[in-house]
Amino acid sequence: MIDQIRSILKEQGRLSVDVATLSDDADLYRAGMTSHASVNVMLALESAFDIEFPDRMLRSRVFGTIGSIKSALEELTSTRAGG
Amino acid sequence: MQTASILARAQQAAALAAGAAAEVDAKARFPREAFDELRRLKLLGAFVPRELGGEGCSFSELCAASQALAQSCSSAGMVFAMHQIQVASLVRHCGGSAWLRGFLRELAEKQLLIASVTSEVGVGGDLRSSLCAVEADGARFQLEKAATTVSYGAEADALLLTARRAPDAASNDQVMVLLPKKDVSLEKTSDWDTLGMRGTCSPGFRVRASGSLEQILPTPFADICPQTQVPFSHVLWSSCWLGIATDAVSRARAFVRAEARRRAGTTPPASLRLAEVAGTLQTMRNNVLGVARECEELMKSPDGADALSSMGFVLKMNNLKITSSRQVAQIVSEALGICGIAGYKNDGKFSLGRQLRDAHSAALMINNDRIYATNAQLLLIHKDDER
Repeated sequence: MIDQIRSILKEQGRLSVDVATLSDDADLYRAGMTSHASVNVMLALESAFDIEFPDRMLRSRVFGTIGSIKSALEELTSTRAGG
Repeated sequence: MQTASILARAQQAAALAAGAAAEVDAKARFPREAFDELRRLKLLGAFVPRELGGEGCSFSELCAASQALAQSCSSAGMVFAMHQIQVASLVRHCGGSAWLRGFLRELAEKQLLIASVTSEVGVGGDLRSSLCAVEADGARFQLEKAATTVSYGAEADALLLTARRAPDAASNDQVMVLLPKKDVSLEKTSDWDTLGMRGTCSPGFRVRASGSLEQILPTPFADICPQTQVPFSHVLWSSCWLGIATDAVSRARAFVRAEARRRAGTTPPASLRLAEVAGTLQTMRNNVLGVARECEELMKSPDGADALSSMGFVLKMNNLKITSSRQVAQIVSEALGICGIAGYKNDGKFSLGRQLRDAHSAALMINNDRIYATNAQLLLIHKDDER
C-alpha cells in the first residue's frame, strides 16, 4: 500500500522534492504539495484503491503525510472487507 | 474602560465616516475622520484579548461593526475589516511568543493599524504562493517584497507580510512576518486611481525590511490561511458588502416612500422593484449572518482548527464570497433602477454612483473566477454527505 501511495504522490503530488527522500511522517504540504495537487492525489487514490473518501476525511491533516493517508485507506478498505 | 457596545461605537464612527464619504471617494484619500474616531473609541484593538489590554470582542461583533461602517463609507468599512483580519491572525496564531504578545499589548494601548502584504508581483494573485523569502542571519532577518497592492500601506503603523520561510523553501512553504513601520522602507511602485473603493488607498509598494526572527509568527501560513485569513476575510468582506447593499436599499426605500406620499392613493411603479430587491437583500443577509455564526461556533470548538480547513467548510466560505459579491452588485444596480435619475445623479440623497462603483470591487477582490476554479476542483472529490 505504501509503495502505491508513494507512486501516486510521485505522479500527482507535484512535490518539490523526490518522494523517495520523504519519510512516512514527513509533512507533504511542506514538501510543496498544493491543495490543487492534493485533490489530484485524492482522485488517484480513490481510483487505485476503489474507494471513496467521505467528507469527514477531506481535511488537510488526513492527507498531510504518507502515514496518515495509509491510515485513512486502511480504515476505508477494512470497512469494505467487513461488508 | 469603554461602556458602549462595539456596535454602538462603530455606529458613532460611521456617522463621521458618512460625512466624509463623498470626499474620500472623490479624492481617493484615506477615511481619516472615521479612523481617528475608531482609535478614540478603542475599536482597533477590540479583538485583542483582555489580558493583553484589548476587549476580547467576538467575531460577530467585528462583522456588525464592519457592516455599520461600510453602510456609511465602503472604504472605511473595508479598511476596518482588513485591519481586523490581521489582528485576528496575530491573536489566534501568536502562540506563546513574548515578542508578538508584547506587540498586541502595544496595539491595544496605542490603537495601531495593521496592513496586509500578501500580494506579490509574479505569483498571479495566488495567496498561497510567495517568491520573496525571509533571509535569516543569526537572530536577525531581512527581506524584500514587490507587492502589487497594499491597502492603506502608507497609513498603517505595521505590516503583516507573507514570505517563503527561507530562500530554499517551496513557494507554498510560507510564514507571516510582523513588521513595525519603523523597520520598513516603502517605495510606492504604482497608483490607486480606481473605479471604486478609492479610500482604501491600495497602490503597489516595494517593501524592504529587517528585524528579529521573533517577529515571525510561529504558526505556518499554511495553517493561518484556512483557520483565520480565509474565514475572517470572506465573512468580514461580505459584512462590508452587506453594509453597502443595505445602504442602497435604504435609499431606494426612501425614494419609493417619497413617491408614495407625493401621489397618495396610488402605489408607485417602483414599489414592485423595491419588493423584489428587499427579498434579495434578505437572502444575502441570512447567508452572511448564517455563515458568520457557523464560523464563530467552529472557532470556539475544540476541533475548530481542523474543521475550518475541511473541504466542506472551504467550499462554504468560497460560496459565501462568490454569492455575496455578486448580490451586492445586483442589489445596488436594482436600487439604482428604483431611484432612477435621482440615483444616477452624483448629488442628492438618492445618489448611488459611489455605492455602485464600490460594489463592483467585490467580485474582483480575489477574482470570483479563481474561486470558482478552486470550487470546481474541490467538487471532484467532495460528496456533500455531511448535510
